[in-house]
Amino acid sequence: MAITNIKNLKEFSTVNERFEGAHLLCPGCAHSMIVRELMNATDDNLVIATNTGCLEVSTAVYPYTSWDTSWIHIGFENAASAISGAEAMYKARKRKGTLKDPDAPVKFVAFGGDGATYDIGFQWLSGAIERGHDFTYICLDNENYANTGGQRSSATPIGAHTTTAQAGRVSYGKKQRKKDMVGIMAANGAVYSAQLAPNKWKIMAKGFQKALEMEGPSFINTVSACTTEWKFDPKDTIHITDLATDSLMFPIYEIINGRELNILYRPKNVIPVEEYLAAQGRYKHLFKPENRHIIDLIQKEVDAKWEYLQRREEARI
Amino acid sequence: MAEKMELNEVEVWDGNYAVSQALRQAQVDVVAAYPITPSTPIVENYGAYVANGYVDGEFVMVESEHAAMSACVGAAAAGGRVATATSSQGFALMVEVLYQASGMRLPIVLTVVNRALASPLNVRGDHSDMYLGRDSGWIQIDAFNAQEAYDLTLCAFRIGEDMRTRLPVMVHQDGFDTSHTAQNVKPLQDDEAYKFVGVYKPFEEMLDFSKAVTYGAQTEEDWHFEHKAKQHKALMDSPVVIDEVFEEFKKLTGREYKRVESYLMDDAEVAIVALGSNVETATYTAQQLREKGIKVGVVSPRCFRPFPFDEIRDALKDVKSVAVLDRSCPMGAMGALFNEVTAAMYTTDSRPIISNYIYGLGGRDLTVEDIKAIYEEQLANAEVGHLTTPVQQFIGVRGPKLGFFETRRGK
Repeated sequence: MAITNIKNLKEFSTVNERFEGAHLLCPGCAHSMIVRELMNATDDNLVIATNTGCLEVSTAVYPYTSWDTSWIHIGFENAASAISGAEAMYKARKRKGTLKDPDAPVKFVAFGGDGATYDIGFQWLSGAIERGHDFTYICLDNENYANTGGQRSSATPIGAHTTTAQAGRVSYGKKQRKKDMVGIMAANGAVYSAQLAPNKWKIMAKGFQKALEMEGPSFINTVSACTTEWKFDPKDTIHITDLATDSLMFPIYEIINGRELNILYRPKNVIPVEEYLAAQGRYKHLFKPENRHIIDLIQKEVDAKWEYLQRREEARI
Repeated sequence: MAEKMELNEVEVWDGNYAVSQALRQAQVDVVAAYPITPSTPIVENYGAYVANGYVDGEFVMVESEHAAMSACVGAAAAGGRVATATSSQGFALMVEVLYQASGMRLPIVLTVVNRALASPLNVRGDHSDMYLGRDSGWIQIDAFNAQEAYDLTLCAFRIGEDMRTRLPVMVHQDGFDTSHTAQNVKPLQDDEAYKFVGVYKPFEEMLDFSKAVTYGAQTEEDWHFEHKAKQHKALMDSPVVIDEVFEEFKKLTGREYKRVESYLMDDAEVAIVALGSNVETATYTAQQLREKGIKVGVVSPRCFRPFPFDEIRDALKDVKSVAVLDRSCPMGAMGALFNEVTAAMYTTDSRPIISNYIYGLGGRDLTVEDIKAIYEEQLANAEVGHLTTPVQQFIGVRGPKLGFFETRRGK
């Protein structure tokens, strides 16, 4: 059953169960919501590659697996290459007639955290997108190396505290800005590049479906709120994600064929980023008088990005 | 359907060309590769076959050797025949994934054109890369010339893909000395070669959707040891299959391969143990000395992994002095081949005198004169009944003679 026929979230969340509820992810982790939505967004068979990270170590601990589908993990950096190889093998075997069920529809998907995607696996992803394999890469972006206890990644926003970019007496946390992966992947040749969030589940499911349906490589950056490292109550995952999307810290948009940018969600009431930051322990230090200027800076940059996205959408270039 | 190629009974091929022909004939489903000297022509030649309709499979030119082996792992898990090629720095970059490929028991064939490892940067042949792979869980087979590179690449698919083995296999040849030296090669015709290699048998494949498979799971102290022990056992059991495949290949072509090759060893008093193209130099030298009535021989572990411990022991048990040649800088220890051979010989009652020669680093030629000098030292050892040199010597290097480690035996 495809998403278009599904009326409510409860039905959607159970329609096509291929990701077992039994896994070791933290209570309140958004990863499993995103993964389940992806798997429920299609009835096709799935071949999934996953980089090392929270998702991988929590779902495939021998002798158990949470994956009721074809699944492979090699290393931290190379899920995009693994899925390239699997997709190439599918094409070769289809041509040669050696598939067991040649008519079975199949989609190739890779998951990676932001560490695997923005940092260590950047080259592998870029290569796979450039080669034009027919696959969808989904980054579960929780803005840090959560699996190893919360170190900085190039997805960590300016001002956030991590264990390797700490806030302290003379530091306000991470000094560098977040990499624009959606823009980079669009420029890299992704036919579909988007940023989506699980609180906007219908938009996310439609985005997933578009990525899966479009021929060629797709990239999706998903907001995955991290209760452990962002430091909020596990029951508040969706609330925090609401703050993320409604403050425009995580604007929801897509870029088709590197040109056509569409904003997919416009908050009715845009909230100040301060509210989003104040809800998380990792930004606590920014509320000291000496660090308040970083909050102002973040707000200014969020506004500028939103302005940019709207003008790109208008310009259609 | 891919076009077939008409081959002459005898072709003039270099080692690289021979390997690319073997890959074409094996009808590999996915070749994922990244070029590096001196193995580049393997993928260039293969690319020419692809461009001209001789290949039905996919040819994926990725952005690094790490990605090449990663794509090979993904492709192999998807249930088809997979191969790639590399050398040196590319091999080093692949190392992480080599362990993952073998840990997942995926029968990938990797043709390695041996080359030195930087720094200093060097494109010529030595065995540093081959040695780097020795604990990676792959079967490692060594070809000494272009014909062998061709033959053993065909055999590698059979060995690795056998349901009793299901392990990845490396086929090594020496950079330039073998890879770029045109020689007479007797190929099989396409049909004959493919018939020998056989149709690939998918096992626990990701493209059979009737059954979910999980590749690359996590194990900690509760299960990791069992998995690794089983992997070692699979390697230790693989000689049965290797020997069968070599036997069948001999029936087909008349060309005989053994996991340990012995030349002129019947009544040899001293022997050289070596790997790679210099086995031929050593054999040539041994023949010359034999003509003078000097009883010398050559032994070579064709199969570097699994190490043919028992066969090496038996091949050398009657000699008095053995020189083990290592073509990789041992960096503060004995050479790797020396250690393996010495361990095997320690289990004999005769325990011959053994010493280690480091040679040929970065493509330095090992001459007939060098080998004669090595044999002479072995004969001197045999004569007096103990080692007359340091345990380890460097041969063919400029500067004062380098020798390390001393024996107390017989002194």
